[in-house]
Amino acid sequence: MKAKVYIKYKEGILDPQGKVTSNALKSIGVKGIDSLTIGKYIEIDFDNLTKEEADKITNESCKKLLVNPNTQTYTYKIIS
Amino acid sequence: MKTKIAVIVFPGSNCDHDAYYVLNKVFGVDVGFVWHKETNLDDYDAVLIPGGFSYGDYLRTGAIARFSPIMESVIQSSKNGKPIIGICNGFQILLECELLPGALINNSEIKFLSKSVTLEVISKKSIFSNKLDIGEKMKMPIAHRQGNYIADKNVLNDLTDQDRIIFKYNQNPNGSMLDIAGICNEKGNVLGMMPHPERACENILGSIDGRRIFESMLGSM
Repeated sequence: MKAKVYIKYKEGILDPQGKVTSNALKSIGVKGIDSLTIGKYIEIDFDNLTKEEADKITNESCKKLLVNPNTQTYTYKIIS
Repeated sequence: MKTKIAVIVFPGSNCDHDAYYVLNKVFGVDVGFVWHKETNLDDYDAVLIPGGFSYGDYLRTGAIARFSPIMESVIQSSKNGKPIIGICNGFQILLECELLPGALINNSEIKFLSKSVTLEVISKKSIFSNKLDIGEKMKMPIAHRQGNYIADKNVLNDLTDQDRIIFKYNQNPNGSMLDIAGICNEKGNVLGMMPHPERACENILGSIDGRRIFESMLGSM
């Protein structure tokens, strides 16, 4: 059992890395990009847990430590 | 009884000795280093959370330090009204443990900034500024990559309405909302600031303006 957690800045929060990278792609001729944001990807491995337990632990981990609700939002997937 | 101040030390703190030196040698106060694994601050009258890179800034600045055992006592001390000042990384830790509202994100130009800035005193509401003059200018260094203060509208309105914005930058170096350089809690006993007053307490360092903040704190205790 594995959790894949994706963390990104909330809308409207300055993301200089994303902005600079987006500009760089434009400058090398990549077309069609409106905007780009750079976030974090975290993988958590579990042993012998049910999907429900893994879901609960992942959500708790995000709320308690992994994510700062002032600036970030998160989504995750539990994969068997 | 002589005043005693705790300087909290996390793995990665690097302004702890500067803070100790200033409080002890410049002000003659008793100071103790308190390792982050400790759990008791009863012997101390005030707490300083120094700058540095606690836990290597892993995950987010201050995010892991916030769960160090000593932080429960820091939170309790704040409730008891003891003065608590977080400088630079210390400010980031105070935000993560929600003693202060908002967050600090990457500087608008992304770069680490190490330079001298001018602050303006906006409010006397905190223990650390109640002996200062409104509009007073102070020169001291900044040294940070995540010093760009952000908060939602409600928080910014509260900070403004309750006179809790203590210091603003004269020329905003990092993109901070409302030019914020330092804020305090509702009671005025907890202050977080990005600039380093402990690096501006002796002429040899180019400024002694930082002294004013510690004088204000010590004069209120």
